[in-house]
This record gives sequence, C-alpha cells and structure tokens, in this order.
Amino acid sequence: MEDTLLLARAQFGLNVGFHIMFPTLTIALGWFLVGFRVAYQRTRDPRWLATYKLWLKVFALSFAMGVVSGIVMSFQFGTNWPGYMNHVGAIAGPLLAYEVLTAFFLEATFLGIMLFGMNRVPEWVHVASTIVVAAGTTLSAFWILALNSWMQTPAGHVLDGNQWIAADWLKVIFNPSFPYRFTHMLLASGITASFVIAGLSAWRLLKSASDAGAARTLRAGILAAAILTPIQVVVGDQHGLNTLEHQPAKIASIEALWHTERGMPLVLFAIPNEEERRNDYSIELPFVGSIILTHDPHGEVKGIEAFEPDRPPVAPLFFGFRIMVGVGMMMLAVSWYTAWATRRGKAAKRWLLWILSGFTFSGWIATLAGWIVTEVGRQPWLVEGVLRTRDAVGEITGAQLGASLTGYVLTYAGLFFAYMVVITHMAGKGSE
Amino acid sequence: MDLAPVFLIVMGAAVLAYVVLDGFDLGVGMLMPAATAEEQSTMVSSIGPFWDANETWLVLGVGVLLSAFPRAHGVVLGALYLPVVAMLVGLMIRGVAFELRVKALGWHRELWNWLFWAGSFAASFFQGVMLGRYITGFEGGFGYWLFAMVVGASLCGGYVLLGATWLVYKTEGELRRKALAWARWGLLWVALGVALVSLATPMVSETVRDKWFDFPRTLWLMILPAATVAIGVALWRLTRALEPGTRGRDLLPYGLAVGIFALSFLGLAYSIYPYVVIDKLTIWEAAAHPSAQKVILIGAVIVLPLIIGYTVFSYRVFGGKAREKLYD
Repeated sequence: MEDTLLLARAQFGLNVGFHIMFPTLTIALGWFLVGFRVAYQRTRDPRWLATYKLWLKVFALSFAMGVVSGIVMSFQFGTNWPGYMNHVGAIAGPLLAYEVLTAFFLEATFLGIMLFGMNRVPEWVHVASTIVVAAGTTLSAFWILALNSWMQTPAGHVLDGNQWIAADWLKVIFNPSFPYRFTHMLLASGITASFVIAGLSAWRLLKSASDAGAARTLRAGILAAAILTPIQVVVGDQHGLNTLEHQPAKIASIEALWHTERGMPLVLFAIPNEEERRNDYSIELPFVGSIILTHDPHGEVKGIEAFEPDRPPVAPLFFGFRIMVGVGMMMLAVSWYTAWATRRGKAAKRWLLWILSGFTFSGWIATLAGWIVTEVGRQPWLVEGVLRTRDAVGEITGAQLGASLTGYVLTYAGLFFAYMVVITHMAGKGSE
Repeated sequence: MDLAPVFLIVMGAAVLAYVVLDGFDLGVGMLMPAATAEEQSTMVSSIGPFWDANETWLVLGVGVLLSAFPRAHGVVLGALYLPVVAMLVGLMIRGVAFELRVKALGWHRELWNWLFWAGSFAASFFQGVMLGRYITGFEGGFGYWLFAMVVGASLCGGYVLLGATWLVYKTEGELRRKALAWARWGLLWVALGVALVSLATPMVSETVRDKWFDFPRTLWLMILPAATVAIGVALWRLTRALEPGTRGRDLLPYGLAVGIFALSFLGLAYSIYPYVVIDKLTIWEAAAHPSAQKVILIGAVIVLPLIIGYTVFSYRVFGGKAREKLYD
C-alpha cells in the first residue's frame, strides 16, 4: 500500500513536473508573440516578422511538448487517483471539463492558423489568431489553477452523502488562495519566458554579434524580466502571508520552525533533522522570520509541533523554497544589471551574454522548486482537510506502476534531450 | 432530468470525432514508410494544421468520462492501464515528431522520421487493444489478449483506410494513385476487424446476445451490418473508379470510410448500452453528482457549437489539395 502510494505519487509528480515546464514557457511566450506580431503589423519592418517566425517555432515545439504531456495527465487522474474523482469529482470534474471546452480546442485550432495560415487568411484574422492562442493558454491556466487552489484552500463545498459538491461555484473558483496563486504563476510564466527569450538571444549574439534582431529581443526579454521580477517579489510575499493564514503547517515546514516561537529567526541555511525535530548546522537571522511573516519582530508563529502528525516533510519544502527564492533573487540581479548595461542601444559584453545564456532556463528551476514547495506542502492531504492522498490512490499494482514509470522516465528523458538540442540550435541560427 | 444518457451521447460523439479525425492523422503517420521523401513531406503537410485539434477530441472524450462518469473513469482506465500507457507514449512521440522530424539535426532527423511512424503505429495499435479489452469486459487469459491484439491490428488497418482516403482528398498525381491502393488494403483489414468484433461481443456477453438475436427485432437490426457492408463495397468500387483522376469526388472515399466507422460505432453503442463497463457498471451507477452534470452541460451547450464552428472554419482555411510544404 505505502509502496503503491509512493510510486503513484512519484509517477504523477514526474508527469506534472515535466508538463508544467512547457505551459510555464508558452503562456507568456504567446503574449510575446502577440507583441511581435502587432509590432510587424504597425511598422511593416520585416525584421519583426522574422523575429515572430523564429519565436513561433520555439512556441510550436514547446506547445507540442505541453500538449502531449498534458494528455497523459488527463488519463492519470483516473488511473493513479480514482478516489479523487469519487470524492471530489463533482468539483474537479466540471473545472477540468471547462478547461478542455474553453481553452484546449481554442489553442489547438488557432495554433494551426497561426503556424500555417498566414498566407491563407486576412491579416487581421492572423493577428486575431495569435491573440486567441495567447488568451487560450491563459484561460487554461485560470481553470487548472482554480482547481489546484481549491485543493489547497477549499471553499464553497458541502458534503452530500460521501461526495463533496459545490454549494457556491464562485467561492469554489475564487477560493482564498486562487488570486495569489494565479497571479504568482502568470508572473512566473512571464519571467520564465523573458529569460528564455533573453537567454536564447544572447546565445545567438555569442555566435553572431551583428544580429540586430537578437539584440532587440534580448532587450525586450530583459526589460520584461526587470519589470516583472520585483513585482513577483511583492506578490510572492503576499502569497506567503495567505499561506500562513490558510496552511500554517506548510509555512512552518518552509521555515523549518519546529517549535512555536515569538520572535522567530529566519533560518538561512540548515539541515532539517526529522528524527530529532531540530535543525543541524543552522545559520539564522534573529527576529527576521517574525518580521517577514507577521510584520512584527515579536510576532508568534506556530511551529511544526503544533500540527503533528498531519504535516508535510520538512526538507523538500525548506530546500525547495530556498532554491526558488535564491534563483529568483539572482534573476532579479541579472535582469536589472543587464537592463542597465544595455541602456540606449549599448551592446552587452560577451561575459554578460554568457551569463544570460546560462540563465536561459532559470525560470524553470525556480518554478519547479516553487511547485514542489506548494504540492509537497499540501501533504498528507490531497484536498486540504477534505481528502487524504492515501485515500485516493488506486489499485494499480506496484509492478505496473514501476513498469510505466520506467517507460515515462525514458520517454521524457528522450523528448527533453531532443527539445533542448533543437531549441538551442534554432536559436543559435537566429532569425536572419 | 436524467442527464446520464445525454453525457453518454456527448462522450460517444467526442470519441467518434477523435477516431475519424485523429484516425486519419495516425493513418497518414503509419503510411509514411511506403512513400518517398518528397511524398512524405506532402503527407505531413496534409495533416499538419489539424492534428493537434483532432487529438483534443480524445481529451474531451476522456474529460467527459472523468467528469460525467467519474466511477467508470477509474475502473476503465485502471483495467486498461498498460495499453493506455503504451498508447500515450506513442501519442507523445508522434506529437513531438511533427516538429522534430524537420528540426532535428543530421541522423536525428531520420530517427524522428522513423519515430513518427512508430508513434503513430503504437498509438493506433494500443487503441485497438484497449477496444478489444473493453468489449470483452477486461477478461483475463491468453485468448482474450490475443483477440485484443487482433483488434489492435484491425484498428491500424482502419486508420490506414482513413489516412489513405484523406490523402486521396488532399493529394494529386502519383501519391493519390498510391493512396487509392493503400485504401483498399486498409478496407480489407477493416472488414476483418468489424467482422471479428461483431462476432465476439455476443459471444462474450449474454446481454449483448439477447439484444441482437431477438426476432423480429433482429431483422431490423440487420440493416446496420448490411449498410456497413454496402458502404464497404461502394468504397472498394469507388477506389477503382477514381483511379483515372476524376475531379470533384475526392472527398467521397473519406466520407464513406467515416460512414463505416460511424455505423460500427453505432452497433457497438447499441450492444453496450446502458453499460459503461459491460455487464458490470451502468451509466447511472457511474454517473457524476447531478449538480456537476448540470454545470458541465451548461458549458458544453454554450461552447461546443463554437468549437464546431471554428473547427469547420479551420478545415475550410486549409481545404483543397495540399500543395504547400508547410514544414520545410
């Protein structure tokens, strides 16, 4: 039983983790494409068209990766977590159905027109298709994050027999953590796409310093990142306070705060020791934890002990959170410095181009770390306070799960390798 | 109001739409090794703008199963676990191969070209295996698995028929002539598959047997197989008649192939109704809570016409013979 649970979680986590990278990129890249397409429409500068076509290729490949890994998930809800649909299907089902109906067909159909229809439809239809695809990806994020947020901070539901049903759909959708999570995720997408654009443009400039199109997209990406990253810091802080209110056990684990304290320190680094319920080798800033979480140096924060035994494991949350924040801070520094270094048409130095290339996929690391914090942080619940993960797992045998897990790992590794090779090669060739 | 049958129709329509639409994509994928490099490029262009949206009908079908019949989703997909995984891996590889077979470098390009075929083939074959397992009520044992494999092979033939007739519609000259010949091969496999499934379902389940062999109802029901055979014969003759390159009727073979699939699907639906899992779980036992059904229905009624509308628009935009090489 425990083995099956662990394998089912590992497999689902692998799929979700692999899948989320691509929507994280395409949600915002879709809007960048709208920008490039409209810029071409207004200026008639063929270089904008070349830029649009290059990034459309990146978009198409990333989108395909997201589609194929997303289909797997629609099957895994049933195979790995049948109890999920049996208990909360009346809430999860409609939200997923609305995502398919309002977003998936829209994206898939108009992507075809966007990719291949430029010479076949009037120009305004092509511009509109670009906008529709971007809107579709955002709408898709809306529904799936509504469902995910409901699982974190459920609201608007009542029990009918042994099933949870919606009493008030507006409360279900706009549950307490949804506005924060949705904004946080859209910004994460914006920053991820900005760094991919800036990073791949930098890669191109390393190979051909005279590519004006690449210099322009580098600047566009870095400006977007420089604006969005500080906003993300504020939104992330608010999201954290929201979590403290609704999922305090998650916050206690993130901070590795074993005991309830007034004037808690901020643990910068430590090795959380689950056995002895304490931190080893910790480096702490006194009072800072309370200041961040309660905006009062002597504010009381509940420790992990207050939530035993229904609490998440500490280490993945503690480290995941620090990776997310650490990478985010580096991205802030890189984007601001580059924005300043490329002011008034100045060319970025080679060493800076190398750094930007290195940061190309930094958004993925921060986003994945953040999702690990939020999803592992919900354990042992599948739906916080409503349904335990253990009670939703199916009867698939460990052997079947193991075999399919191996299959997925090999497939994803192959796909990811091919994706990275092709993306960097396409970007290296540039648009001219 | 009893909404379970309504959702059964929506789900059935979505699955049928998936089969006849992505069926031609997968069929074209399987036919790739039979064509020259030049022809392959045209073949991929003939399905490039559509495949992604076509595949979305599968997501809708599974989505309706998940949201309107949550109990069945777990049972059916749990029992079909391994073929489902194999099919998904096939679909994944096929999906990314569209892009990678032209964007990969060096020998990787040839590899992805080959994987495009392999992915299409695996997805088709395992969908057939799923069907074979499903209609035998997931019974274990060598015979049942062998049967499922034969259904898998037949569905490959069926998709080859859809793919080949689609190519008759979308291509010209030598490739179109080849496609007419491929269509005949596909048709033979389809005949075998339909015959097998029609014989097997009443043998496996008494419920199905009673429904079909109950005079005088049987006489009326025989219209269904008779019509299927008639369409098959008409299609066979049409593939010969079209060889000189008559204009204007090139969409007809695909239409007839869709007819065969639709009639077979109808027959199968009649056999199984009102079960979602043969003899084990009815649509009412599996149905979602009425409150959920209502919300989904409202969304579906508003959005499905729009989806059909812009799908038709997209097929019109990319209508006619595929002359542009979209991926080169």
